[in-house]
This record gives sequence, structure tokens and C-alpha cells, in this order.
Amino acid sequence: MQALFDVYKIKQDFPILKRNLKNGKKLIYLDNAATTQKPKQVIDAICKYYSEYNSNIHRAVYQIAEEATEEYEKTRANIQRFINARYPEEIIFTRNTTESINLIACTWGKKNIRKGNKIILTEYEHHSNIVPWQMLSNEKGAKINYTDTDENGYLNLESFSKFLEDEGETKLVSLSHMSNVLGTVYPAKEIIKMAHEKKVPVVIDGAQSVPHLHTDVQDLDCDFLAFSAHKMLGPTGVGILYVKKEILEHMPPFITGGDMIKEVHKENTVFNELPYKFEGGTPNIADVIGFNAAIEYLKRIGMENVRDHEIELIKYLYNSIKDIKGIKIYGPERVIDRGGLVTFNIEGIHPHDCATILNDFGIAIRSGHHCAQVLMEKLDIIASSRASIYIYNTKEEIDIFVDALNHVRRIFQV
Amino acid sequence: MSEDIYREMILDHYRNPRNKGKIEEPDVRIHDSNPLCGDEISIDLKIEGDTIKDVKFDGRGCAISQASASMLTEMVSNKPLTTIKDITKNDILENIGLTNLGPARIKCALLSLKVLKLGMIKFYTDKDPNSAEKLKEESKVF
Repeated sequence: MQALFDVYKIKQDFPILKRNLKNGKKLIYLDNAATTQKPKQVIDAICKYYSEYNSNIHRAVYQIAEEATEEYEKTRANIQRFINARYPEEIIFTRNTTESINLIACTWGKKNIRKGNKIILTEYEHHSNIVPWQMLSNEKGAKINYTDTDENGYLNLESFSKFLEDEGETKLVSLSHMSNVLGTVYPAKEIIKMAHEKKVPVVIDGAQSVPHLHTDVQDLDCDFLAFSAHKMLGPTGVGILYVKKEILEHMPPFITGGDMIKEVHKENTVFNELPYKFEGGTPNIADVIGFNAAIEYLKRIGMENVRDHEIELIKYLYNSIKDIKGIKIYGPERVIDRGGLVTFNIEGIHPHDCATILNDFGIAIRSGHHCAQVLMEKLDIIASSRASIYIYNTKEEIDIFVDALNHVRRIFQV
Repeated sequence: MSEDIYREMILDHYRNPRNKGKIEEPDVRIHDSNPLCGDEISIDLKIEGDTIKDVKFDGRGCAISQASASMLTEMVSNKPLTTIKDITKNDILENIGLTNLGPARIKCALLSLKVLKLGMIKFYTDKDPNSAEKLKEESKVF
């Protein structure tokens, strides 16, 4: 298995990794939790659509429109297989994970959440999995309960289970499978099972997990799964929402207008069948088609190999920086419980200063609150630095990163 | 290159900030943050007549935002309150010696000036609410 995974060969597929930055350095890209780079296969697929069969999908009867429709729907079917959904119509295209979660809140949520109901989230959620639920709760008079995490970044399953014991008031659980700050991979399957025992449906925010972990929605048994193409080699502007068909069938539409209708009359409209009912207006055709090339790329490597590479590299990264004087690493010490990221602070150095100096070495890391201010408040920090890896990162790059961190410490004399 | 940014003057003000802390019973206290990086600055002013008799800043953030705030307090201490109105972005960048900052970091350098200008506007508009819009216009708060 491992022999198939040649990181140096993979690197060759990414044009951006060959460019020189202003100071002549090569890019060492360690901000993969924000977005990943795109292999030439994805770029070519987008280019091919625009060069050869650019047209609107689903309606026109001429050749290039049929080609475009076929390629667009091929992506849907490929995603279905990639996450092992039962039906292609369980896959809805949105713009990003945020829109996918908003779709759930604005349709299923508005229909099913009532005054006095409760929604369980966790305190490590990305803003995209907090704000839509706050808006909904404020509108309906519902309440949000935040499951806490312990100091090592693990979820407090006892408090989660207590929140569930409330005589049926909890109507929804929504949580991220992997924290974009702590890096913890959470026991989604166990949590879903606990919620289902109380007949509570579960939304999984898979923005961080689907690009890194083999994901099987039937095995997980989640009711909703949201993720983004651009965090897994695909283009920006394509989000995915998986919804179990029996739930989707009872959801009101989201964006209304073109393409999502079957018949429109002066006084009433008959909505289109699944999944088109939820895809109003001309979608992002080119990028959906580009995403298919990304899935093909990941399938060819194999998600198990993606994960193995990531564990090996994160272990190397973690061990390389854990003894730096004044460093605080957030999240689990057991690297196997982590996804591909390490978030840290060095005493006396603000993350923005750290990232600015690392930029001199061609290193791109993220500094800030990572759209997780609820967690930042809990950790009592205003910001942190995050290095996140993907399939094209190497141990040599980690070595340069560690040298650069030591250079930062010398500048700040800590 | 970041060596140009993190020169001794910036690092000195970052490690040993001037006028850091709070004023007891200030005439103005104002706070703002930079949502992108979480830099936070609050500024207290003690005004006598039209003169800034005392100025203190408090906050947490990167070396640029904190050093810039420290230097700004030195710049306006014991000056007429109205001088704040005329301080420009370039005055600040020249004062801290960073004229080549990228668009993301420039916000760090200018946060304290924004807070100070808002403080001045607050002081005057508390006295005369009608003057708020005109003052905002004249102060070029960004």
C-alpha cells in the first residue's frame, strides 16, 4: 500500500509548488486546513469545460449541454460512492460548508425547531456551525447547549449525554468531526449512536474530516454531512450537503427560483424532484466538474494512504516542536487522535508576528482565531498559530519550518 | 523581509511598552479590536481644558499593534486634543518606521490610531451630540 504513495511524485502534480516567491523561495504550504492546493488534473478539468463544452446544464438539448450535464452529474455520483451514500439524490451542491449548514438551518431547522427546543453543539465549533444555529434559536426561542472539551481537547461525553437527557426537548445535535483548531478527531459514530437512541438527528460538519479520513455515511449513520471541495484538492465555490433521503423528502426548499422547479404558475409552484429542489439557479458547473477530478485523484491515492502519510508527518511535526522552550501545543498529545494539524503558541510571540517572519522562508501558516472564537475564549487566548498538512508535504519541509520557528525565537529573544 | 519590520525600536516598545495600563476615572475610555487577528487596544484619556494631560493604553496583540500604540501615546501626550484629528496613517507608519507593511498587517499598525480618534470623537460628542458626524468626517476614521 505504502509504495503507491510517493510524495515527491505527488508534488509534481501541483503547479503552485513549483513557483518561486518574491524572495526566490519555494512555497512551503502549511495552511491546508484553510484550503488545499489544486493538482493540474483539477485545473485541466475546469479549463477543458470552458474550452470545449461550456453550456448551461439540465435543460438544453444540444450536444455540449448534454456533455456538461453528464459531467456535472458524474461528480454527484462519484461523491455518492466516495462517502458511500445510498442514492445520488442525497448529494446536494452548495457553495461551501457554511452554505450547507445554513441550508439545514433554514429548511429543516425552520420546520422542526420550536420554542423551548434545544440544539446541542460543542464549544470547539467553527463559526459556521454556531451562527446559523444561533440565528435559528433566536428566531424560534430555542436554546443552544455547548458540550465542553477537556484540557487535552477531548469531548466530555458525560456532559453530552446529560444534555440529551431532557425529555425530548433536544431536537438536533450538530458537531464537527474534527476540530480545525485542536485537531482532535471526535468519536462521531459513538456520538451519533447516543443521539439516535434519543431519536435526535445529527449534523456532521465534515469540512476538516472528509478530506483526511475515509468517510462512510452509512457506517457513521449521520443524518446530515456538510463539507467543502476546496479543502480536498477541489476548486473553491463548491460545497456538498449529504442528507438522508427520508429526511430530505420532507424538507422545504432553500434558494428558490430557476432550476429548482417543475412547474410555475401565477399562484403556485411545484418544486423539482430531489436533489434539484435544493439547487436553485445556475450552479457552479465548472468547479463541480473540477471537483470530480479531485475525487478521482484522492481515490487513486487511496484515503487510507492519505491518512497514513498524515499521521507519520504530524507525528514528526509534533515531536519536532514539542520541546521548544515556551511552546504550548493545543489538542491531543496522542497523535493518532489528531487530524493533519498542530496549533500552538510560543510565549512572548504573537502568532501574527510568527507568521510574518515564517513568510520570509516561504512558509505559509495560519495565525489568528481560526473562526473559532468560542474555543479561543475557553483557551483564554486571542490567537494561535496553526500548521496544517496534506498529501504533498514532506519531512524536509517540516525541518525548514522548525528551523524557521527557532529563527523567530531568536528575533524575539525568547 | 521581516527583519526590516522587527527592528530594535519595535521590539523595545513591544517588550517595554510606554504608558501601558489604565487611568483611574478617565475622561474617555474607548476600546476596539481587529477582528482578523484579534488585536485589542483600549485607550484612556485624561483631558484638562483641551490638553491631553494623561494617556494610557491597554491591550493584547502582535508586536506591531502594541508597539504602534505605545509610540502613539508618546506622540500625543501633553498635546492639544485636536491634534488627534490631523494625525494621518502615514504619520503613524513613518513614526514607527514601517512604510512597507502589507494590507493585512497595516491594520495592526493603525488600530491604536483608530481607537484614539474614536476616543476624541466620543469626548466631543458627549458634550455636543450634533457635532458627531462633522467630527467623524474631519477625523478620517477608517
